[in-house]
Amino acid sequence: MDSVLRAENISKSFGPIEVLSGISLDLKPGEVHAVIGENGAGKSTLMRILSGHLPPTKGSLHLNGQPITFSGPVDAEAHGIVLVHQEILLAPDLTVAQNLFLGREIRRFGFVDDKAMRERTRAILHELGTNIDPDREVSRLSIADRQLVQIARALLVPHKVVAFDEPTAVLTPIEAESLFEIIRKLRSQGVAVLYISHRLNEVKAVADRVTVLRDGRHIATRGIEGLEPLEMARLMVGRDMSKLYPEKPETASDQIVLTVRDIAVPGYVENASFTLRRGEILGFGGLIGAGRTELFEGIVGLRSSHGTITLDDRNVHFGDAREAMAAGIVYLSEDRKGKGLLLQQNLRINLSLAALDRFSRGSFIDGSAEEKALDRAIKDFDIRTRSRDLLAGQLSGGNQQKLLLAKMMLLEPRIVIIDEPTRGVDIGTKEQIYRFIASLAAEGKAVVVISSEMQELIGLCHRVVVMRNGRVAGEVAQADLSEDSIVYLATGVHEERAAEIAAGHA
Amino acid sequence: MTETVLRSSPEKRRFNIDMRALSPFIALIVLMIAGALINPDFLTASNLLNVVTRSAFIAIIAVGATFVISSGGLDLSVGSMAALTAGLMILTLNSLGNADMSTLALGMLAAIAVSAACGLANGLIITFGRIEPFIVTLGTMGIYRSLVIWLAAGGTITMRNSDLRELYRPVYFGDIYGVPVPIIAFLVVAAIGALILYRTSFGRHVIALGSNEDVARYSGVPIWRVRTLTYIIQGICVGIAVLVYVPRLGSATPTTGLLWELQAITAVVIGGTALKGGVGRIWGTVVGAVILEVVANIMVLSNFVSEFLVGAVQGAIIIIAMLVQRSVHRGR
Repeated sequence: MDSVLRAENISKSFGPIEVLSGISLDLKPGEVHAVIGENGAGKSTLMRILSGHLPPTKGSLHLNGQPITFSGPVDAEAHGIVLVHQEILLAPDLTVAQNLFLGREIRRFGFVDDKAMRERTRAILHELGTNIDPDREVSRLSIADRQLVQIARALLVPHKVVAFDEPTAVLTPIEAESLFEIIRKLRSQGVAVLYISHRLNEVKAVADRVTVLRDGRHIATRGIEGLEPLEMARLMVGRDMSKLYPEKPETASDQIVLTVRDIAVPGYVENASFTLRRGEILGFGGLIGAGRTELFEGIVGLRSSHGTITLDDRNVHFGDAREAMAAGIVYLSEDRKGKGLLLQQNLRINLSLAALDRFSRGSFIDGSAEEKALDRAIKDFDIRTRSRDLLAGQLSGGNQQKLLLAKMMLLEPRIVIIDEPTRGVDIGTKEQIYRFIASLAAEGKAVVVISSEMQELIGLCHRVVVMRNGRVAGEVAQADLSEDSIVYLATGVHEERAAEIAAGHA
Repeated sequence: MTETVLRSSPEKRRFNIDMRALSPFIALIVLMIAGALINPDFLTASNLLNVVTRSAFIAIIAVGATFVISSGGLDLSVGSMAALTAGLMILTLNSLGNADMSTLALGMLAAIAVSAACGLANGLIITFGRIEPFIVTLGTMGIYRSLVIWLAAGGTITMRNSDLRELYRPVYFGDIYGVPVPIIAFLVVAAIGALILYRTSFGRHVIALGSNEDVARYSGVPIWRVRTLTYIIQGICVGIAVLVYVPRLGSATPTTGLLWELQAITAVVIGGTALKGGVGRIWGTVVGAVILEVVANIMVLSNFVSEFLVGAVQGAIIIIAMLVQRSVHRGR
């Protein structure tokens, strides 16, 4: 069958750096075409070029065999190409119907026709298999429902190609399954679906063809028949997956440094208990929204919490992050840009912020000591920067993470809690960060790694505690670490069973 | 991610940051040249000293406002706070009654204590009440203003002891080696302010808080203490401004300090401090306060525009300053 949208030799450069080079891809009507790759492989950039958000530097797009240039996303939409964004882009205070028709309101005699819009909204949502109230404010919807509204908004315009950018990142398996149902429905209507993800089991369940990107290059395009997730992973990473992770340091010690008993963070976590040993890397797994971040924010005093926290046989309670830091516990937020670094300030100010007391002589800051610390941090953590005067926001994700690590390590902590250590980090830097985490444990520090990447937990941690719906669902010991055991605890469903549901055999 | 990294070369960016810091100084020089061309009397030492002396109150208050604004806050109550402080200071002096140095010192202490307490009140309500600073200080602006009207019973609070007035006079009208005392006061306040903002942990915390409150909190910055302290510093600066202001007229009226908050904020913004916080420029603020007086002075000395339109021109300046800031910001 002829392709509806075809990309030929697409390259994209930002300044001197080429993030995509020579990508060719074709989308046929009635197929689900998955694009997979590691973070930073260029998936999202490709998606944005196909949907008119970015112009390609080189190469051309063809729509129904005719070369075409999109002037912007609106132009692409007019040609029937719509993108469902990864982030939720809705106005939270407006209702579902108002959001759906935002910028394209139905008018009657110059006034908005709420009745018509409400009816259309109800019809579209019903078609998607949901009965969300069109008059409900978006802020009162669950994340999954918001995503459905976003999909409904995208499907409101006549569409030939629908692109989904990591749509399941915030969904539970059940919610993801209803999304796959929608995708299959689109496919049966002859729509071409572009599906971007790095969750390989999902790709296996929903895609007809798979294109693999690595470091901005096209690696392979294959039919899904006979392409197993393990092979996809090998294509994505380009080498044996097991070498990504360093040797796990021996946990020689049985010495418990932190005991958390029956801690509750109102609205997020109930009755969570666990222990942390010296020299160990303890993983925290679970779905997004399971309460892992909130649990640790509660422990270090960033959220109000109650329960018993015992640090070296002494009961403690931290009122704010400063107190936790003074006790030797640091927490590195998953939200590096929003909570980790001052993006508008330079590297030096960011580096010393948490440990400013150590750079003070009397009441004044010792600028030269700060500069020396920055030199050391750039060397020790291999922070790659064109200039020392850059702002933190101008670093790449991986280098921001290294800067955040350097900043918190200046406090010389004994317990390090790292939330999503490699989110938005390229593969080379991932390896460095893993090695760094292992070396922390080898030095005798206790490390907690919160991660949504199952492979990361398995490759890096000694033990994994899994949370589900704000509670600790269970713990997986080193010998039993597997995706299945984690998924089972995270969802309450075995993976084969989840895959069955996903494949539609339920 | 990659886009922002590569949008401009580092050299260009550094140049632009310098532009932002330098623009108030350039504007002042341009104004000086314009003033000299319009009226030869403008560039005389006596006129210039006079202009800078008159800018002293706003400059001192604006140094405090630089702390508040660069931490992401706002204080609209400074004008009313100045009036209340002046009123209470004069009442204290009147009730003590003597015309000696210790009376004066006590009165001055009372003034600083009152203004610091007003600032503390603002800070505590904002931090513990978790209310927008705009709303809180709008409220206290009304409270402080009507307290002084009530104290003055709608009239004027005047220093009664004329000997004491004579003793106090030099604080506004006197000079040291030819430099008027108010100018010295404002340079000292600015120098101390710069030292605190640029060289201490507290100053760094102020900038961090203004840049991103969450990052500051996650980095262990004691944000409540820092935020409250910025309002106390603002209060103390108002107190110092009042110390210099009271000997000028020897009285406080319901209209004392009217619209000073707008002039202080204008000076801060002209000086290059970001209204959304995260960037603080003490010396820019000082220049901003001087620019406002220079403009007024040029208008009085020239015949082009009626001096009754001073407020309009100052209003236009703040808008132009914001446009310039934004275009410089966009360029990077």
